[in-house]
Amino acid sequence: MLAKRIIPCLDVKEGRVVKGKQFVQLRDAGDPVELAMYYNSEGADELVFLDISASSEGRNTMVEVVREVAAKLNIPFTVGGGIQSLDNIKTLLRAGADKISLNSSAIANPDLITAGADFFGCQCIVCAIDAKWNPETGTYQVYTHGGQRATSWDAIEWAKRAVALGAGEILLTSMDQDGEKSGFELNLTQKISEAVDVPVIASGGAGKASDFLDAFQMGKADAALAASIFHYKETSVANVKSFLKQKGVAIR
Amino acid sequence: MIGIVDYGMGNLYSLSQALKRLEQPYFISDEPSVLEKADGLILPGVGAFKDAMGLLNEKHLNEFLRKFAETKPLLGICLGMQLLFDESEEGSLTKGLGLIPGRVIRFSGISDDGARYKVPHMGWNTLEFITPESPLLKGLEPGFAYFVHSYYADLEEPATLIAAADYYGQVPAVVGKQNVFGAQFHPEKSGLFGEALLKNYLQLVKQN
Repeated sequence: MLAKRIIPCLDVKEGRVVKGKQFVQLRDAGDPVELAMYYNSEGADELVFLDISASSEGRNTMVEVVREVAAKLNIPFTVGGGIQSLDNIKTLLRAGADKISLNSSAIANPDLITAGADFFGCQCIVCAIDAKWNPETGTYQVYTHGGQRATSWDAIEWAKRAVALGAGEILLTSMDQDGEKSGFELNLTQKISEAVDVPVIASGGAGKASDFLDAFQMGKADAALAASIFHYKETSVANVKSFLKQKGVAIR
Repeated sequence: MIGIVDYGMGNLYSLSQALKRLEQPYFISDEPSVLEKADGLILPGVGAFKDAMGLLNEKHLNEFLRKFAETKPLLGICLGMQLLFDESEEGSLTKGLGLIPGRVIRFSGISDDGARYKVPHMGWNTLEFITPESPLLKGLEPGFAYFVHSYYADLEEPATLIAAADYYGQVPAVVGKQNVFGAQFHPEKSGLFGEALLKNYLQLVKQN
């Protein structure tokens, strides 16, 4: 049976993982390769590396990070953050990334989704959507640039459009839930999962193991992503997976 | 020595690093005259079937691979496995290498009870061993493997099925006929199970 995926997300800045200071057992908590291998040993099904570098040097360093991770890691990983062009996509995939996540650049230049999918197959183009509930319009509005800029897109419509353009997966982050640790945004996750025929990764709001169960059962997500609760060891990938297994969820 | 066939459509880096982790010497080439020196070949691939066959034909690798496989082992991975079949309906009907009988077809996206399901088939799925005595499965327990594909092989000869996954029907996961093998999943991304399967292939090449 196809398993539900648990995906830790690592923020990388200038080639170093930020957060994750609680990993006292690691020699170097900022080393992306070491953290990747740690999560792999814990049973992570995939990893996401989000490049939050502010400089072009940092972006070049990311290619090196990807290369080093790909040399060691035997599970798939996605790279996102600041990817602007087909050349950027090619460079990162050739360095060993399995998937590329596009967010602001996909909104600004939707053809980039199609170009990437045509070149490497839709399976490696992930469309990341940051969405926030707008009580005035009663819709979930898409934001870009790390949640700074509102767009006129409705999240469900944009997800459908992105898939039509060639995206092979949707990474849906709820800005309302992000950092709240009170659970994923189940309503929107379910709506998007039912609106598109590609897998949907729920993101934003994970606080405990049962939140993942809700994301899969109520949110109809195919995978769920979390960052801080894993970094700060509030729970572990292994704990979440054993809880889900007990609850009868298909888990690797 | 293992040769990795580089025709411009593979994630060669991940595969070559996986061989490195297994301490397996390898080389990468798109030249039949170089590749023929290998004891066994791996044909990787992501992307579209038609583009891939176009490149294989252009580089004179089509004829070469068919000849190579008469005497030495060949392993296709993901799109590389699909290329081993007679034809694919991806895009317009395109002829494949014709090393294993069958046609590559798309997941319908509609289950038997009429419900929609997700395509691509993406993520970790369990395998069922159909031919456990195959040298590729030697010493392995059916485990999880990482799949990502929208098309699958519809086999003409049931005997070519070595392992299968279930995704709204039986999906050929490992296939083989004589010297020719294919894995629909990515062994280089399938954790320890994938590594063990690759190792079995390397062993088979060594013993050939």
